[in-house]
Amino acid sequence: MATTPNKPNAAGKPAAAKPSSQGFVYLPLIAGWLVPGAGHFIVRKPIRGALLAVSIISMFALGLAMQGKLYTSAQDILDMLGVAGDLGSGLLYFLSRAAGWGGTPVQTTVADYGTKFIVVAGLLNIIAAVDAHNLRTGRKS
Amino acid sequence: MHPSHFLAVPLFALFASTVFGITMRDTPRRMFRYGAYCFALFVGSVVVFSWVMFLIAR
Repeated sequence: MATTPNKPNAAGKPAAAKPSSQGFVYLPLIAGWLVPGAGHFIVRKPIRGALLAVSIISMFALGLAMQGKLYTSAQDILDMLGVAGDLGSGLLYFLSRAAGWGGTPVQTTVADYGTKFIVVAGLLNIIAAVDAHNLRTGRKS
Repeated sequence: MHPSHFLAVPLFALFASTVFGITMRDTPRRMFRYGAYCFALFVGSVVVFSWVMFLIAR
């Protein structure tokens, strides 16, 4: 049986917002992956979306500024994980690869930090995109 | 850009904590508190483990 939005349920917790049945339910997930914060703008949470966009894009840009490495090919398992993390940034990753940004060999400690910044920005973007999807489906309010 | 090793820590902690706070909690107040908690844990753990490694290396 469906619960009424914002009314406490049997567990005493407020029920999640009622999901809208219109539109493509995976749109916030895909948009949020491609452009950081876009998923939250689609579900009408612009402040959250702006904060997420600033955080993720800044982290990615700082990683590039530190001469961090963009993983381009997977030679071993660690490289595969690096590519997976980098791909989480969506269009930022593809644009950066197309522009040839990022240092290829890591030569300094700061450049290694930059590589980690880029990977973690991608992983954080995946978390943000899944959060937008949860907002869209009503699993989170 | 070549930030110091310690400057990289609060930068990383700030951005990661912001995303954690927004995605893991429901209300703005709880988001802020959880984000501040994550930030303190990130920076605090770096300071503690740095001292541990310093003492081990001596």
